[in-house]
Amino acid sequence: MAKYLKLFSEWLDEPVHQAFFSNATVAFVVLLGVLVGMYARRNEIWGSAFAEIFRRRKLAVLVLGLYVLVALCDSILWVGGSTGTDQVSAHEARSIVDRAFDGTLEKSYSAPLASEEFYDKSRLKNPGSHILGTNILGQDILYITLKGARVALLIGGLTSLITIPLALLFGLTAGYFGGRVDDFVFFITSTLESVPGILLLIVMIMVLGKSTLTVCIALGVTSWVGFCRLSRGEAMKLREMDYVAAARSLGVGHLQIITRHILPNLMHLVVITFVLLFSGLVLAEATLAWLGIGVDGSWGQMIAAAKDELSRDPMVWWNILPAGTALFVLLLAVNLIGDAIRDVLDPRTLGERR
Amino acid sequence: MVLQVEGLRTCFPIGGKMIPIVDEVNFTLEKGKCLALVGESGCGKSMTALSLLRLVPRPGEITSGRVLLDGKDLLKKSVPQMRAVRGYDISMIFQEPMTSLNPVVRVGDQVVEALQLHETVSKKAARERGIALFKRVGIPDPEARFDTYPHQLSGGLKQRVMIAMALVTKPRVLLADEPTTALDVTIQAQIISLMRELQRDFETAILLITHDLGIVNQIADEIAVMYAGRIVEQGEKKQILGGPAHPYTQGLLAALPGRVAPGERLHEIKGTVPSPAKWPSGCRFRPRCPEAIDACAERVPELLSLGEGKTRAACIVRQHAKGIVRQEAGSTMRQHAGTAVEQDAGSAVRQHEKSTVRQEEEK
Repeated sequence: MAKYLKLFSEWLDEPVHQAFFSNATVAFVVLLGVLVGMYARRNEIWGSAFAEIFRRRKLAVLVLGLYVLVALCDSILWVGGSTGTDQVSAHEARSIVDRAFDGTLEKSYSAPLASEEFYDKSRLKNPGSHILGTNILGQDILYITLKGARVALLIGGLTSLITIPLALLFGLTAGYFGGRVDDFVFFITSTLESVPGILLLIVMIMVLGKSTLTVCIALGVTSWVGFCRLSRGEAMKLREMDYVAAARSLGVGHLQIITRHILPNLMHLVVITFVLLFSGLVLAEATLAWLGIGVDGSWGQMIAAAKDELSRDPMVWWNILPAGTALFVLLLAVNLIGDAIRDVLDPRTLGERR
Repeated sequence: MVLQVEGLRTCFPIGGKMIPIVDEVNFTLEKGKCLALVGESGCGKSMTALSLLRLVPRPGEITSGRVLLDGKDLLKKSVPQMRAVRGYDISMIFQEPMTSLNPVVRVGDQVVEALQLHETVSKKAARERGIALFKRVGIPDPEARFDTYPHQLSGGLKQRVMIAMALVTKPRVLLADEPTTALDVTIQAQIISLMRELQRDFETAILLITHDLGIVNQIADEIAVMYAGRIVEQGEKKQILGGPAHPYTQGLLAALPGRVAPGERLHEIKGTVPSPAKWPSGCRFRPRCPEAIDACAERVPELLSLGEGKTRAACIVRQHAKGIVRQEAGSTMRQHAGTAVEQDAGSAVRQHEKSTVRQEEEK
């Protein structure tokens, strides 16, 4: 496992590969979005649910959309083009966001919209153009904050993609078949649950090596237990339903019963869990960044780095504020949407809506 | 003869012992005929049907017997072979149309699921056959209904969908587990006449499980009366409804609302069906039977012909009375006061039906 991860990250080191991989991911995400949209349009249950969520949480959905847009803009990479002057070389794959902030690198701190450096008062290259100031390395804060959106969504999304299938696989088989299978799964979940999560995270990141992917894998492996239990319980309930008995009496096999009759009936839980898990994972990464094992370029890392700047005199406050705000607003939006999703998809409130 | 059940016994572990919930059940289903399995709640009717499909819920199991479909024993088939039988040779209609349809799958897709499973048909052909069947079971506007979700349909329509689901592969045997219990009387009549029509057209053998004798009278050809896991009386509909032999059947028929004049108390069978752990020795109806004698506790009565047509009853008292005695010929017979029950119970059924029809007209 660790060996293949290493091979993969070596392959990714090549800028052209990186650009290809990232653009393919963007294409995949956009395609997925379009497909989901088309499905929701065709399927009235989900279609009306989505419309209802948008109606209730217009602002939160728009804010989340903005984050996604920034993240996508930061993921469309290509090599070459004008390099500007500073840190990036012509060989590196750079995104739209990178290119928009070409040549904004200064030498040191500057306050928001200042025209000179914070400490030695020498004139900046781009006076008055750093809306949120620059950090100790002279990087534009707005630029690195925008770049953080991609990392945050990547952590939340990729980890959920690991967590939810894992939890469903174990939870549904345990709940549906019961008996030995259930005992086995329950043993695994109980064991995993009794190990302190943060310790396991640190160990896994140490073993697998520190990269975005490995942090996501480590977070995924440690966070599937809760949803596994939930889906197990739900599967146990659903397998006793009359329509499952009816399907069985028609000769439908186990696999098809699980995928056609049980899974769709807990899809609302998947959606709700995804949203709640998402915010939890972004937050968990911020914790890891604090411990120094986070993902490069994340808001968590920005905050961890900026906490030291607060002790300077005069205080450098504009480093921590944008990262904290960006994180806060994202989590607030996601949680508000999650709340609305729970309301809308909860079977007990379904009747009130129609 | 399509389906033959011989000595079927399904047991559940209760209090550490295996208790036969279905005990030595024998019957046959003929092509295009309907056998009604009648009895109170909890007497093992539904479990009998599930046993035929080998879908007895754990920890229950079928311990002995044979279920012959065209002479081949279903109980000896492998799991995949059995799966091929379910929904293709034998289908089942469930009691609750409200909960027996998957709420998140379109009804049309649920109906053609069995078709796509057992036959190689294209999506389009399956859809066409599904819609044709929807039309056949009397669903108005079948094309539009095909793509709706269960919650958009009424109870009667849902039950029609359930029937379509069971009939889509034209099975030879249909197990109908109280198909009309959850419906109101008007819809009941429609569903019953629909089932009768479909039975004629598709030549399906139906095992109808019910406790509604009015429905039995309308649709059944033969009746098997079940009590506490055993068949106590079995025979042709006319004979059983006209002159029941077993005290339990007599009690059931006497309990029909049409039997008494308006304002009078209805007849009842005293007590309730005991739970399987407390089933008495010998004849299980004994504690509630007005005619029980000591011999009833000593041995299990056999299902024997009483010399009238094809009817067979498992009652020692009756067998004694007819002189069909296997043993203990000298057992004392107690005089019984229950003879009033024996008179024309068939008319009671007819009266019950009339009142049902009247109710329908009022609606």
